[in-house]
Amino acid sequence: MTRLSDHLKKLEDESIFILREVAAEFQKPVLLYSIGKDSSVLLHLAMKAFYPAKPPFPLLHVDTTWKFAEMIAFRDETVRRLGLDLIVHINEQGLAEGISPVTHGSAVHTDVMKTVALRQALDKYGFDAAIGGARRDEEKSRAKERIFSVRSAQHRWDPKSQRPELWRIFNTRLRPKESMRVFPLSNWTELDVWSYIEAESIPIVPLYFAAERPVVERDGMLIMVDDARLPLQQGEKPQMRRVRFRTLGCYPLTGAIESTAASLAEIVDELVEARTSERQGRVIDKDEAGSMEKKKQEGYF
Amino acid sequence: MGGPDHEREGQGASKTLLRFLTCGSVDDGKSTLIGRLLYDSQLVLEDQLAALVADSRKLGTVGNDIDFAFLVDGLQAEREQGITIDVAYRYFATGKRKFIVADTPGHEQYTRNMATGASGADLAVILVDARKGLLTQTRRHSFIVHLLGIRHVVLAVNKMDLVAFSEARFDEIAAAYREFAARLGIPDVTCVPVVARTGDNVCRPGETMGWYKGPSLLAILEETEAGQDPSGRPFRMPVQLVSRPNADFRGFSGNVVSGRVAPGDKLTVLPSGRVAEVARIVTADGDLAVAKAGDAVTIVLAEEVDVSRGDVLTAAAERPQVADQMAAHLIWMGDEPMLPGRPYHVKCGTQAATATVSALKHKINVDTLEKTAARQLGLNDIGLCNLSFSRPLVFEPYDTLRELGSFILIDKLSNATVGAGLIRFGLRRAEHVHWQALTIDKAARAAAKHQKPCCLWFTGLSGSGKSTLADLLDKRLHADGRHTYILDGDNVRHGLNRDLGFADADRVENIRRVAEVAKLMVDAGLIVIVSFISPFRAERRMARDLFQEGEFVEVFVDTPLEVCEQRDPKGLYRKAREGLIKNFTGIDSEYERPEAPELHLLTEQASPEALVDDILADLARRSSA
Repeated sequence: MTRLSDHLKKLEDESIFILREVAAEFQKPVLLYSIGKDSSVLLHLAMKAFYPAKPPFPLLHVDTTWKFAEMIAFRDETVRRLGLDLIVHINEQGLAEGISPVTHGSAVHTDVMKTVALRQALDKYGFDAAIGGARRDEEKSRAKERIFSVRSAQHRWDPKSQRPELWRIFNTRLRPKESMRVFPLSNWTELDVWSYIEAESIPIVPLYFAAERPVVERDGMLIMVDDARLPLQQGEKPQMRRVRFRTLGCYPLTGAIESTAASLAEIVDELVEARTSERQGRVIDKDEAGSMEKKKQEGYF
Repeated sequence: MGGPDHEREGQGASKTLLRFLTCGSVDDGKSTLIGRLLYDSQLVLEDQLAALVADSRKLGTVGNDIDFAFLVDGLQAEREQGITIDVAYRYFATGKRKFIVADTPGHEQYTRNMATGASGADLAVILVDARKGLLTQTRRHSFIVHLLGIRHVVLAVNKMDLVAFSEARFDEIAAAYREFAARLGIPDVTCVPVVARTGDNVCRPGETMGWYKGPSLLAILEETEAGQDPSGRPFRMPVQLVSRPNADFRGFSGNVVSGRVAPGDKLTVLPSGRVAEVARIVTADGDLAVAKAGDAVTIVLAEEVDVSRGDVLTAAAERPQVADQMAAHLIWMGDEPMLPGRPYHVKCGTQAATATVSALKHKINVDTLEKTAARQLGLNDIGLCNLSFSRPLVFEPYDTLRELGSFILIDKLSNATVGAGLIRFGLRRAEHVHWQALTIDKAARAAAKHQKPCCLWFTGLSGSGKSTLADLLDKRLHADGRHTYILDGDNVRHGLNRDLGFADADRVENIRRVAEVAKLMVDAGLIVIVSFISPFRAERRMARDLFQEGEFVEVFVDTPLEVCEQRDPKGLYRKAREGLIKNFTGIDSEYERPEAPELHLLTEQASPEALVDDILADLARRSSA
């Protein structure tokens, strides 16, 4: 505890408060676990918030089937280590239709296997609150997101009808079939997340640390050849480069950066030197201006 | 300014956090100013900068220059309209401090968002355009900032380049503002002349204004003392949830909002007033020897006492107040007006209840600070009210402790957050009126009359046939030996509600009184027939909520407006059309149709006798159920 700076301690206290509000105010919450660093922090905070009890909600992973193999291994190990319930949901229809980021592009793949799949899972289990690790500093339209954000029965987000959020009093009321998205990390920055991981020794997927990995260069991005499903274009030959990831998603859509940072301290150092924001490594945000806002209206997290 | 090295260093324990908001009128350059702060403190990253240059070229309003406003104007609708319509939160750091910035909109209809941004802030930066000086919005925002307890205000006089960097112009605006701020009672005001577009006096001294010897805006932000530390005040912790992982552990989780607590301390649980001693302060990092304001903890008590969510653990020696009536400033944020008497959900810390405004004492004109009488509060209005709660709340005055002095009001139908309240003081008079426990209860009274008491609530337009049906029904029930009473809208207005008119606020009070009278009569064992236009869903629902399940039967007397107007038994529609009667339901005041009435009578399709047969059949079903 004393290792945390005043600033991180305040962020931690606020996030714990938010997680406890969710547990107290909703019938059936769920924590969206995407295996990345933000999810790792979120899970760590949930373990702290309810100690000595376990978090009173399951984890949900919406699996697009294109995650890095190391992510899935880390997910299963984490759940086992902490003794938590994990629900894995895959859009079986999308899978049967053979939707993939390689053949259908990032927009279709993300919509079917992530956005639609998430809606399916929330409807299937009847969750009334979904806790996610999104932060306001990630993207411009996220900067205006509430901590407790209402979604319609169709899971749509209406930026014009957001509830004012004053002090730390959260309006958690829902009408039938509506649901809430809750973002306990709203006030954290990328640097806060890394500093906290370092201070609290939180386990994260090894892909965040630099190592020699097979990559190909496409459209200025380094794509890791994680398995045989990535068709190589003419003349492309995987090269071993010393790379790491600042953000983790579907492997064909997630760019690596060249780096030698092999420890948390080195990552934090690299980050404060960096002049590139983390979402640059994501193909899906670039489709068009305001693309995150559009996805959110459709129900993307 | 805070380059990368500074930032790393700043993760050390000494670095503090300052939450501030920026506000001002449209086009004063708020977004540009924040964009400038982010850019100059090197928080703008390469890819964001590339997107910014592209956005500026496509949509920009400043020629070929980079438009820094695009860094913070997030939603696409805003980028296209060129205004900020919602609160955006931004984060940056220097060597000395971390900052959370709430960028709040200047458009009048979005004042609620400004109050939202102000609710969590330690300091406010208020922008004015040097050419325009103080505007209505400047005064409004300053008032809200003061109302919400912000002690530090920085007036940034922007666009100094457009007044030829005139010292005289700056002094004139600064003097006018200091005068206004002093009248409000803002303790700490600093004025700084800036050019957000070029960054003069934002993060560095501006050579263009050599006459200005004060600190830059960023220097002020770095040096201002953050919010007062509530650790020195008496201990308070609202209970969020009860932790019971197994039979051996029972703890109460929450964040300490003021003071300190240690094992062995004597606490009082409010509102129950039970006393217990702290046994342990549990966290995932081990038990604590002391917890202080801000800490998220789980407290285990030595004694078995009943504690649940919404209770407040407090220092036994210094308790906060408990009251079910209090005076508070209310900032109205709903599209529908606040009407005294209408019930709302209230959330105060972790406490939940129902609240009604029992008296609107005055509305405040935020431009002149004048207090005026008012019947209701519209969107963005601010008033001082007396509120009445369905149960006693534990509170402190807002200026003493924000966490126990603030509440929100939630509309019961739409679930929208419609009001923000700042508690000023508790009202004591309620303490002397206790509920009298009565020996003969409702069931006994009903049994003596051999009937199941209920309230038949007839709603419909004027002239729809409510009174005719009610009268016919009453005769049939009476003939059957039932004990009944009719509360008729017109008749009640001659007596009990003689003091009420037809404005929305009066209509709400009219219904509230009638509903309460009907409830007393149902308690007395009667079958009560209420015949009131009762045009608003919220009040019909309020009436329904007074009764037990099955006691309230909403009867929608559905007659088309044209038919009612054609009948016009009292000549009222004609007068309303001629403008002689104001607020006439169906003409210039809305009738909200019931969504799910127990009985829906289509008066054009059956005779009154047949409709009354239907009601009687329904009643028979209900009393045998």
